[in-house]
Amino acid sequence: MEKRVVFRSAWLPYALLAPQIAVTIVFFFWPAVQGAWFSFQLQDPFGLHTQFVGLQNFEALFASEHYLASFRTTAVFSVLVAFFGLAISLVLATMADRVLRGALAYKTLLIWPYAVAPAVAGVLWAFLFAPSIGVVTYVLKRLGIDWNWIIHGDQAMLLVVIASVWKQISYNFLFFLAGLQSIPRSLIEAAAIDGAGPGRRFWTIVFPLLSPTTFFLLVVNIVYAFFDTFGVIDATTQGGPAQATQILVYKVYYDGVKAADLGGSSAQSVILMFIVIALTALQFRFVERRVQY
Amino acid sequence: MIMKSFAATIAAAVLFSPAAYAQTEVQWWHSMGGALGDRVNELASKFNASQKDYKVVATYKGQYPVSMTAAIAAFRAGNAPHILQVFEVGTATMMAAKGAIVPVAKVMADAKEPFNPKAYLPTVAGYYTDLEGNMLSFPFNSSTALFYINRGAFKKAGLEPKAPRTWKEFTATAEKLKASGQECVYTTAWPSWVHIENFSAWHNVPIGTKQNGMGGFDTQFTVNSPLHVRHLSMLGDMAKKGLFTYAGRTNQGDAKFSSGECAMFTGSASAQGGIKKAGKVDWSAHFLPYHDDVKGAPQNSIIGGASLWVMSGRKAEEYKGVAKFLAFLSRPEVQMEWHTGTGYVPITMAAYELTRKSGYYDKEPGAETTIKQLTNKTPTANSKGLRFGNFVQGREVIEEEMEAVFAGKKGAKTALDDAVKRGNEILRKFEATAK
Repeated sequence: MEKRVVFRSAWLPYALLAPQIAVTIVFFFWPAVQGAWFSFQLQDPFGLHTQFVGLQNFEALFASEHYLASFRTTAVFSVLVAFFGLAISLVLATMADRVLRGALAYKTLLIWPYAVAPAVAGVLWAFLFAPSIGVVTYVLKRLGIDWNWIIHGDQAMLLVVIASVWKQISYNFLFFLAGLQSIPRSLIEAAAIDGAGPGRRFWTIVFPLLSPTTFFLLVVNIVYAFFDTFGVIDATTQGGPAQATQILVYKVYYDGVKAADLGGSSAQSVILMFIVIALTALQFRFVERRVQY
Repeated sequence: MIMKSFAATIAAAVLFSPAAYAQTEVQWWHSMGGALGDRVNELASKFNASQKDYKVVATYKGQYPVSMTAAIAAFRAGNAPHILQVFEVGTATMMAAKGAIVPVAKVMADAKEPFNPKAYLPTVAGYYTDLEGNMLSFPFNSSTALFYINRGAFKKAGLEPKAPRTWKEFTATAEKLKASGQECVYTTAWPSWVHIENFSAWHNVPIGTKQNGMGGFDTQFTVNSPLHVRHLSMLGDMAKKGLFTYAGRTNQGDAKFSSGECAMFTGSASAQGGIKKAGKVDWSAHFLPYHDDVKGAPQNSIIGGASLWVMSGRKAEEYKGVAKFLAFLSRPEVQMEWHTGTGYVPITMAAYELTRKSGYYDKEPGAETTIKQLTNKTPTANSKGLRFGNFVQGREVIEEEMEAVFAGKKGAKTALDDAVKRGNEILRKFEATAK
């Protein structure tokens, strides 16, 4: 028999919800509405002159090839971050799941990077790969590779992808490990008795059973790549060189905060909001269908 | 009896409480971190010790763009500081915000504080003065672009440690250095500031129409002139041949020179402190090279750095304190200390004279090179400075296009045409918001 708790009072549930709703309204809805309103305006930084310009900010954005290029950069970046972030952590989780001795130490070490702030992660990798003083740069130079991400856009992209993936692996690892441990041993043992090798066991049993976790992580990682990698980029490439790593959210920050172009920046964040809504809806609509719970 | 002593106590408290001598506070937001921040605090405490009526409170608010954003937010909330340090590229933005600022000339006049704009170095004050000659903001920390050589690297390559004067000589020297096995021959900090902005002033060519934007917001960039294209394509060629190593958009080049990695370097005059502190190279500072077939070159270079803006919306009494503080900062002995302690140029002629008499330049010739280059000739419309709306974005656009050339992705002509096209879009947008 299901046990249900029902509030008898008419106002108590609302009162209990009120703090959370207030926080959501003040910190999420209000800024979002204000951002949407600013996106239709042309405003000087100090807010002394404001004029309503309709869709002019949006028209200017879509007429700018650099803004359109930023979409491509974001797509490339997000796909790389989400794919490598998931793939590497799945491998690590599978390995850690099989370890018999010292498992706790391995797990702790793998979870560690999650405690590092994105900006710190960025700086860390930027130092390792720094064009003149980096340790990795030194090795690459010995191998005859001209490593200088200050000037080569592809290398800059590689750097921010590595830093972002490294930062996210721990989070993914935790969820994958939990997912793996909840798979009934009996299923895997039965398959082993039937003569299925480790590879086959993984792809036909473990991977499908992990799909809810993978799906959840896919959504989280895409959102991470879209928004949370801001710190990594700001601490390393700052969108450069020649906009090679300027993802949408970084451009919003740059135009709004550094260049004090509130209208243009707000228009960009409105667009970004729609993209994320659309992406999440798409994922739930199509990818989730193939997920086996 | 008790009552009486009680009343006396209250009377005494009222008479002698600090409130009776309440000082008027003047808030000063700045972006000088580290050792420079200590110097700023020193200035404030010296001023506070020099009189009793006002107290300047200096607060570090993060790097230039951050402190400017913070001040904008504070202004919108009706709580702006009295004085705000703004970097040179933010000048047009501040100037356009007529309701948010009070011109320095007006602050001084209202407070009846003696103030003579002619006392300031023309290239320094000109940057922050409108066409009618009113000083809008107070020049605080100014430097210019200089050319540095690593004398040790020159000697090692069998060259006389003499800085090339022209770009032709520069290229020849660079090739010799490279041939001798020097890996990083030349690098630069602040690519747009050095190779577009200072380059234009130094060759007396405009960066934009309307006197580099000083004559009005309806200005357009002109950095795709044949001379600009020629210079950028020269740099592009040097990058291809390995004679020029690009280091980044801000002062990343400084470390490449002070560590001894690069033999030649163009960067801010304020880099000298860091080079000295690193103490790894035998170096000297020189005038920027120029193209000797350009008529009138070299002209004079322009400044970079920041100025102090007075924000509006405070009480008249508080502005008196601001005026007193600015007058204090203009004093020759205060300026000399700031100049010799930080490497920034002195802002008045009197301070320059005082420093020279003290014999400082005999010990530190690099410090005088800065001033000599800034005052090389009487500034023209092309070399007074520049004032472009939202130049934070404008400079970024120029640097992006330069990077495309250095990476070999674009030709110099296409890149500069694109920079002008994109830059003008930013200027038009700014013009629309400033109306």
